[in-house]
Amino acid sequence: MSVKQALLALLEQEPMYGYQLRAEFEQRTGATWPLNVGQVYTTLTRLERDGLVAGAGSDDEGHVVYRITDTGRAEVATWFTTPVNRTQPPRDELAIKLALAVTVPGVDVGTVIQQQRSATMAALQDYTRLKRSGRAPASSDGADLAWTLVLDSLVFAAEAEIRWLDHCEARVRRAAVERAAQQRPGTPSEGAAAPRPSGATS
Amino acid sequence: MTRSTDVLQLTGVTRVHGEGATAVRALHSVSFIASAGELVAVMGPSGSGKSTLLTLAGGLDTPTEGTVAVEGRDLGSLRQAELARMRRTSIGYVFQDFNLIPALTAAENVAMPLELDGARTRKARDAARTALEEVGIGDLADRFPDQMSGGQQQRVAIARAVVGERRLILADEPTGALDTETGEEILRLLRARCDAGAAGVLVTHEARHAAWADRVVFLRDGVVVDETGSSPVDALLEPGLTR
Ligand SMILES: Nc1ncnc2c1ncn2[C@@H]1O[C@H](COP(=O)(O)OP(=O)(O)O)[C@@H](O)[C@H]1O
Ligand SMILES: [Mg+2]
Repeated sequence: MSVKQALLALLEQEPMYGYQLRAEFEQRTGATWPLNVGQVYTTLTRLERDGLVAGAGSDDEGHVVYRITDTGRAEVATWFTTPVNRTQPPRDELAIKLALAVTVPGVDVGTVIQQQRSATMAALQDYTRLKRSGRAPASSDGADLAWTLVLDSLVFAAEAEIRWLDHCEARVRRAAVERAAQQRPGTPSEGAAAPRPSGATS
Repeated sequence: MTRSTDVLQLTGVTRVHGEGATAVRALHSVSFIASAGELVAVMGPSGSGKSTLLTLAGGLDTPTEGTVAVEGRDLGSLRQAELARMRRTSIGYVFQDFNLIPALTAAENVAMPLELDGARTRKARDAARTALEEVGIGDLADRFPDQMSGGQQQRVAIARAVVGERRLILADEPTGALDTETGEEILRLLRARCDAGAAGVLVTHEARHAAWADRVVFLRDGVVVDETGSSPVDALLEPGLTR
């Protein structure tokens, strides 16, 4: 996650100190990607070193306030106008797990799939509850809109994962039926009996 | 054991269609409960027995083995007339293709189960209008189905399913023919009815719709293979708990 660019983008609004930045970030994203304040200050130190922000003195309570520099502004502009890199897909533990589950002997793929589906479904139920009970959807408040969109992103991702799991299960079942048909030559491979449960049962 | 809050209870239900070599076991030894105030989603691939489960729950079909009880009454023990009455007064059914009567207005469609049950026309129409208002289309009461959008027709179907304080609402892919946005509104309505005390069973293959439920039951080849429980609302707010 680009903490660096996110903090810079927030500083474009107005100069802020560390705690303020963290609060502004979490208002927009919920507690989806919690930031600790140490991380915020470390990032600010690096941004200052690279000339993207500069100290702007202290406020009445002694908080060190940072403001964005022109170089920093240019960096934010570049960030917003450049697509997030997709050429190197992020490492996906679930995809790797299933790729191994279907090849390593003795793994009950059906159970692996179903356990994941239940877990992801439970997460999706949580997101949906938050959507229902949360702040008013897409109200005029920008931070609320931002948080709603982040929540929607989680919903879409969970939904896509469940659909992919359904797809995996269907493929694994079909492969099992085809293997069984090959072992018993002369048996029709399609249209006959429904495939057996792939192990998710009992 | 039946608790008073268990509006729907299936116990050891098996349903076999046909006989001999061509027999299809659509459900096998399924036990299932939906309580007052609860929305339960049933998910599973096509052919897994979802509609079979729902038609049994609604008394539209009878199990080969096991019992189906609605509000504590075993549907198998009821006489035909009693069962029919139960279907009109306790159980509301929502279908994917709305199933409205084209020659009747929205209000007449909704009033019909009440009128069949012997309510006075005037009283039934008033109740129908109230139900239509509750689903947000009070102003369309006098329209015919072909003068309404799919989403509006499905709202009428929901009004018909809940009119007269029915305690069990069964919905078979109610969002299937609707776009995502409209589908979500339908879910919101079902959810609201359950929050108001009805028991709901929602059959869907869409995860995002099933996520509105308190529990999600997974069917495979006529067998319940898994179930998600309800977890606290703020689970997401605790970093690292959900992933
Ligand atoms: N009236 C019927 N006669 C014979 N087989 C049926 C009948 N109704 C359903 N089935 C079979 O029972 C199984 C479950 O069907 P259904 O409950 O409609 O599944 P779903 O709604 O999950 O798609 C399927 O194999 C289906 O072909
Ligand atoms: Mg069906």
